[in-house]
Amino acid sequence: MFGATIVDSIVFSVACVFALIGALGVISFKNPVHSALGLVLCLFSIAVLFIEQGADFLAAVQIIVYAGAIVVLFLFVIMLLGVDKEESVKDETLKFQLPLAILAVAVLIGLFIAVGIGYWVSGANSLTGNFKPGVPGILELARAIFTTYLVPFEATAALLVIAVVGAVMLVKREGMAKRQSEEITVGEQN
Amino acid sequence: MSVPTSWFLVLSFALFSIGLLGVLVRKNVLIVLMSIELMLNAANLSFVSFSSRLKDIGGISAVFFVLVVAAAEVVVGLAIVVSIYRKRLGSSIDDLKELQG
Repeated sequence: MFGATIVDSIVFSVACVFALIGALGVISFKNPVHSALGLVLCLFSIAVLFIEQGADFLAAVQIIVYAGAIVVLFLFVIMLLGVDKEESVKDETLKFQLPLAILAVAVLIGLFIAVGIGYWVSGANSLTGNFKPGVPGILELARAIFTTYLVPFEATAALLVIAVVGAVMLVKREGMAKRQSEEITVGEQN
Repeated sequence: MSVPTSWFLVLSFALFSIGLLGVLVRKNVLIVLMSIELMLNAANLSFVSFSSRLKDIGGISAVFFVLVVAAAEVVVGLAIVVSIYRKRLGSSIDDLKELQG
């Protein structure tokens, strides 16, 4: 296919089909648990595509962080809240939501097709930060993150701490307030 | 010779459109968050495609940071969902109209 080797073509086609199936599953399943499983399928296929392009480390991180942590977090919240009841796209409170959404996406698709017809990807390789041929990108990635992007890297550390503390505060304060109000009501009943 | 970069970009665009459709159409907050993850992953895919095409490590570094930001976003987003659900507002986007003062 288009000058690619047969193995590359097969890997790309299979991963592509599964990624699309997973993505369509996410938005079309009625049960959120099934959507989360579709998300796993899609993320896993994208990890395969990362390996196909030589980004091995990112593929591993994709599987560990996304499929291992984020989707499990989603499933955990779904189970915790018990929101796995089915919902319908049909009963809309916003008028013409579905047609307008489809129109917006159609306009986006048209824009992309227009750009794609005009500019098929080409271009020269960059002169800096080359992959060394034959060496996996992890060494280059480490060098880039700990030298060029050191400040953003440290900023992500701060971001993660803020996110974790914020999540704990968001959930915990609500829980304590509710428990206190429950104690008050129970006390009043007694 | 590997698969042309353009095909990865077409797939990335398709995934982004599907994610956008999910955000616009679905009403369950959790599924909207999952659709946002889909869009982030589509962007990641095109970052990696360009990075491998142009032999530049910058794209892969960007994906690394996007992963971290996505993890933080999901943590805070799900905390907000849990917090809203505890106020008995439900998990549908339309229930959030209670926020209007």
